[in-house]
Amino acid sequence: MGLDSYIQLFFSGITIGSIYAMVALGFLIIYSSTGIINLAQGEFVMLGGMIAVTCYHTFHLPLLLTFVVTVLAVTAIGALFEFTCIHPLKNPSVLGLIMITIAASILMRGIAMFVWGKEEHGIPTFSGDNPIQVMGASVPPQVFWILGVIFTVLVILFYVFKYTLIGKAMRATAANRTAAYLVGINVRKIVLLSFALSAGLGGIAGVLLTPMTLMSFERGTPLALKGFCATVVGGLGNPAGTVIAGLLLGLIESFVTALISSHYKDVIALFILIVVLFIKPSGLFSKSEEAKLKKF
Amino acid sequence: MGKSNYIKCAALILIIGILPVFVHNQYLLSILVFAGIYAIVAIGLSMLMGYAGQISLGHAGFFAIGGYSSAILTKMHHFHPVTAMLIGAGLAIFAALIVGLPSLRLRGHYLAMATLGFGEIIYVSSGAAVGLTEGPSGFSGVPSMSVAGYVFKSELSKYFLVWTIVLIVLIVSLNIIHSRVGRALRSIHGDETAANAMGVNVARYKIQVFVYSAILASIAGSLYVHHMRFVSPTGFNLNKSILFLIMIMSGGMGSLWGAIIGASIFTLLPEFLGVFNEYDILMYGAILLGMMMFLPEGLTGLIAKITGYCTARWKTRTINNR
Repeated sequence: MGLDSYIQLFFSGITIGSIYAMVALGFLIIYSSTGIINLAQGEFVMLGGMIAVTCYHTFHLPLLLTFVVTVLAVTAIGALFEFTCIHPLKNPSVLGLIMITIAASILMRGIAMFVWGKEEHGIPTFSGDNPIQVMGASVPPQVFWILGVIFTVLVILFYVFKYTLIGKAMRATAANRTAAYLVGINVRKIVLLSFALSAGLGGIAGVLLTPMTLMSFERGTPLALKGFCATVVGGLGNPAGTVIAGLLLGLIESFVTALISSHYKDVIALFILIVVLFIKPSGLFSKSEEAKLKKF
Repeated sequence: MGKSNYIKCAALILIIGILPVFVHNQYLLSILVFAGIYAIVAIGLSMLMGYAGQISLGHAGFFAIGGYSSAILTKMHHFHPVTAMLIGAGLAIFAALIVGLPSLRLRGHYLAMATLGFGEIIYVSSGAAVGLTEGPSGFSGVPSMSVAGYVFKSELSKYFLVWTIVLIVLIVSLNIIHSRVGRALRSIHGDETAANAMGVNVARYKIQVFVYSAILASIAGSLYVHHMRFVSPTGFNLNKSILFLIMIMSGGMGSLWGAIIGASIFTLLPEFLGVFNEYDILMYGAILLGMMMFLPEGLTGLIAKITGYCTARWKTRTINNR
């Protein structure tokens, strides 16, 4: 195998890895403001892809409008989910919350199967299919769209969390809910916002991914699992670590699939998850003192 | 194990004995065998989740380990079904330790995702390891269960075999939860730190109950393939793990009787409704969500509430009449 093949593998790994990183960031946002791991996170990606398919093929919207409408729709679904299922619970146990998010993910999967059927759907790539030559390897242009959009989203997220009032309120809620409530932060709104935000991230990932790999109703769960792996490997509550872990997972998956075996593609991340849980459950990029502060 | 449980056990024995008198339909009898098989898994899962408060989303994985061990060892290597079942249970113990030891140190979501991941690993591997499992299409011709030369071929004999095992498992489990160990498990569910402070070895009890439930799932998996005489990955996917959850949720998580009731309902109901087949995930999701939001105690919780209300009414009435 020549250098160009390795570059090709590198790009496909980075691409899928950045999707994992987006899913993982979704986990992180909800976890840090509520202490909930939303197991329906992968379903938001799936819904993003599926709604984009409907917008494009049924309503014949242009791609840009499809993107905007889809992300708004998925954001609304995330908010609706929080409002109808999470908010009414008075004293939810961890077990109860897990069960509810699982139930919601199954329900979303079922509805998606009902609406879009069992077959795979796709939308065209954003800027044609002519591959771009990078050091002898031909890379599909969609890869650069994904990397560009995700990089932009990351920069915006970091800016929002660091410098804006709403971002500071979210971090305050994450650090101590009661204290945040006492200083006048509307904790309810923050929780609703974080569900909406992470659903929106999932939606973006879904629209970006669909032209590359097609989308079907059952794609959500594997994506959620891999996103969760990235969250744990990066260390829960550590955004930079999460993104790095997501990219790493994508790269490892891409190279193992190509060089060793493709049968076990969906098992690699899970295997890494269990190994990391064994060796360093606080995550590779977190200090164990930090991890002790968390609720787990 | 308490006086009321003796009465309930006697009632269960009576029902098991009498049912075949009325049920002559071979197909229905076969469904009842499935109900018993799922009840075995549900009892173990109820111990794990309802009593110790530990979540598992991967019990289909242990179910698959038992199922595939039995199928491969009896069909390809001509092992005796009981030996194969025991080897399967041994493998399940091994797997439970591998998943349980790292993740049981952690709580809640970590365990949920680690077990979910484990279940998926087993499911994907059973389709990918073509040389061992014949891949996604699976294989048929698995011999029937046999004990001491007697082959359980007819539906009736399988029915009695499976429900006898349910009864044994139930009595053993009831004895466990009404002992020191059971109290320790419930204390872990209540508050791990407090349990630890009271001298309960939390980690050890957690891993023990996890292994126990894995063994039960594995045995049920063995019975499953000997009943179907066929094995393929589709019987062991994530939906199966979710179905197990729904069974114990609907029956009421903190009750082994609820586990049996839930397993029976969710094996029989889809057969009568017939609408589940295509859209079963939609139904499962809706049922689970509705149950979690409006009936978190399950059916046994509901019944307890109703009987509590009725006895309270009855008592006030008799007092007023005096």
